[in-house]
Amino acid sequence: MYRSQVLVCGGTGCTSSGSPAIIERLHEEIKKNGLENEVQVVRTGCFGLCALGPIMIVYPEGCFYSAVKEEDIPEIVSEHLLKGRIVERLLYQETVTENGIKPLNDTNFYKKQHRVALRNCGVINPENIDEYIAVDGYQALGKALNEMTPEQVIQTILDSGLRGRGGAGFPTGKKWQLARTIVQDGGQKYVCCNADEGDPGAFMDRSVLEGDPHVVIEAMAIAGYAIGATQGYIYVRAEYPIAVQRLRIAINQAREYGLLGKNIFGKGFDFDLDIRLGAGAFVCGEETALMTSIEGKRGEPRCRPPFPAEKGLFQRPTVLNNVETYANIPQIILKGADWFSSMGTEKSKGTKVFALGGKINNTGLVEIPMGTTLREIVYEIGGGIPGGKKFKAAQTGGPSGGCIPTEHLDIKIDYDNLIAIGSMMGSGGLIVMDEDNCMVDIAKFFLEFTVDESCGKCTPCRIGTKRLYEMLHKITSGNGTLEDLDKMEKLCYYIKNNSLCGLGQTAPNPVLSTLRYFKDEYIAHVVDKKCPAGVCTRLLQYKIIEDKCKGCTACARVCPAGAISGNVKEPHSIDPAKCIKCGACMSKCKFGAIIKE
Amino acid sequence: MKTLADLQAIKENLQSQMDLRNESHAGTRIAVGMATCGIAAGARPVVTAFSDSVQEHKLHGVAVTLTGCIGLCSQEPIAEVTTPKDGKVTYVKMTPEKAKRVVEEHIIGGNVVKEYTIENNK
Repeated sequence: MYRSQVLVCGGTGCTSSGSPAIIERLHEEIKKNGLENEVQVVRTGCFGLCALGPIMIVYPEGCFYSAVKEEDIPEIVSEHLLKGRIVERLLYQETVTENGIKPLNDTNFYKKQHRVALRNCGVINPENIDEYIAVDGYQALGKALNEMTPEQVIQTILDSGLRGRGGAGFPTGKKWQLARTIVQDGGQKYVCCNADEGDPGAFMDRSVLEGDPHVVIEAMAIAGYAIGATQGYIYVRAEYPIAVQRLRIAINQAREYGLLGKNIFGKGFDFDLDIRLGAGAFVCGEETALMTSIEGKRGEPRCRPPFPAEKGLFQRPTVLNNVETYANIPQIILKGADWFSSMGTEKSKGTKVFALGGKINNTGLVEIPMGTTLREIVYEIGGGIPGGKKFKAAQTGGPSGGCIPTEHLDIKIDYDNLIAIGSMMGSGGLIVMDEDNCMVDIAKFFLEFTVDESCGKCTPCRIGTKRLYEMLHKITSGNGTLEDLDKMEKLCYYIKNNSLCGLGQTAPNPVLSTLRYFKDEYIAHVVDKKCPAGVCTRLLQYKIIEDKCKGCTACARVCPAGAISGNVKEPHSIDPAKCIKCGACMSKCKFGAIIKE
Repeated sequence: MKTLADLQAIKENLQSQMDLRNESHAGTRIAVGMATCGIAAGARPVVTAFSDSVQEHKLHGVAVTLTGCIGLCSQEPIAEVTTPKDGKVTYVKMTPEKAKRVVEEHIIGGNVVKEYTIENNK
């Protein structure tokens, strides 16, 4: 038996910052010190604090080492694991106090979090089904099959108030109820999982799949029991290789244990799962397109109704939920609807996972009760904005969402509040922007994405987004007129009202919300031909302040376009006609004599 | 696997290992001196014996940790056992056999094993 365990993060973030090499070195050093029977190394899923990776935590002390390098491993093994002396210089500084180390859950990053969907991420080895079972895994499936009728399962989910975590927020119980009752011909029904997470900057579902794949399998089996389906599909994007691999392992383990397959728990319930890989099309995150893609056809959406609950996959009743939605289900079955509905706000129950990114100190994954304010997320959990810069806006919902400006920092985050201020919950990407971000440029970035990803089936989306993008391009190039702003707004509503699927219906949101809250920036681009944040290069001019220039020639030497001239020890000047606005001179100048405006 | 009992068996089998990852050890802590003096005097097998014994008895909320030199090198291996009931008790010149007895009599039974404590070994 082991006396100590070293948990190393094996999520995508820490894997890319080098955790596989660390794990290998740990095994080597542990062996060298003869500790292989005393210390166990466990590769887990994401801890959430991706900015500080690679992350490892040593139990029973609960020491949280961050930004560990391979060279640090011999010291950690010989000092900490062999002699019990904690290597303080490598500890996450937030956990170090005068009286030793404080538990991770007391640090600012974790204190306000409440982990339901992520409860096993970073705690268990996702490739070992026994560890999942040891933390009450598959108990909910057992309880549902042994003690509950399908109707009771559905009622519990309804009572819990759980809403779809993919973004739209449709009540999950309602979806299940429709799929159970709407067609009752005794034929095949399906349970599908949407793991085609495509929003730029979002990685919630990936982390759940990587850190706790069994929870999705268990929840899908429960859904199968509830609606009367025997087959499920997990539609996951091929760009998530670690998630796919762990899902495969998990499905095989569950089959071996008889938790998938025929006659589960001896209750006569059959259920099995297959994985379908997405090929990277954003539109396949839309439910009808996703199911079309599973059928082996080109991933294009179709009109609704009929809704999937009536005619879904292969024209049969289908329940399709998002990964994070499923991750909540087993806990709701085990702890009851009241436990779940005690968290959150009146209409949005439970918690929500957000992927924090952009201009924020603690980049990573956080799970907070609904109703937490944006200020708490950015300044307390997220640790504020790097370099003491000023908060400008947070973007939620990716290319379908909108911006939340400073004046709404204290809004309580839930589905309805976000819609009310012109944004949306989305799947949970939360990108923080500071004073150096140009909001017109941000809108253009998201539009460029939707233009690329529009499937082309319907005209408003295919042509509308393209035209919208061109207008934005015109504005950021300094050729826009005030009339363009009005035209743009009109076009936005046209696209929203006339597009076939969710992609087109939400694509104009980034433009609409920036127009609403940052109209002054648009006007600066159009009227003054200036970009206040200094991002849109065509509207920028680099200048040398004569008084500050010492004539050191550093700028002239670094300029790739030969646009800077001047004699040694005399002020230099930039020829705007030659300048390509690369900014090389500005970063080279030691005297702060070069400015952009 | 056909019943909930099968599931429960797997769970219990791994419970003590998962307990290691629980940060809220409700109070009982066994710290074994593992500085050079401790290691030289044979502290390693003592640590393993403590850890194995705690897990064999499926004790929850008991942490076995290592610590540095306490300053009484002649009395190593030393183990400090802290329980909510008796506070800190220091055992000296420990062996794996003594460790097992401490777990069974002190931590489970609630009776300090007086003959091993520092007070009785001066």
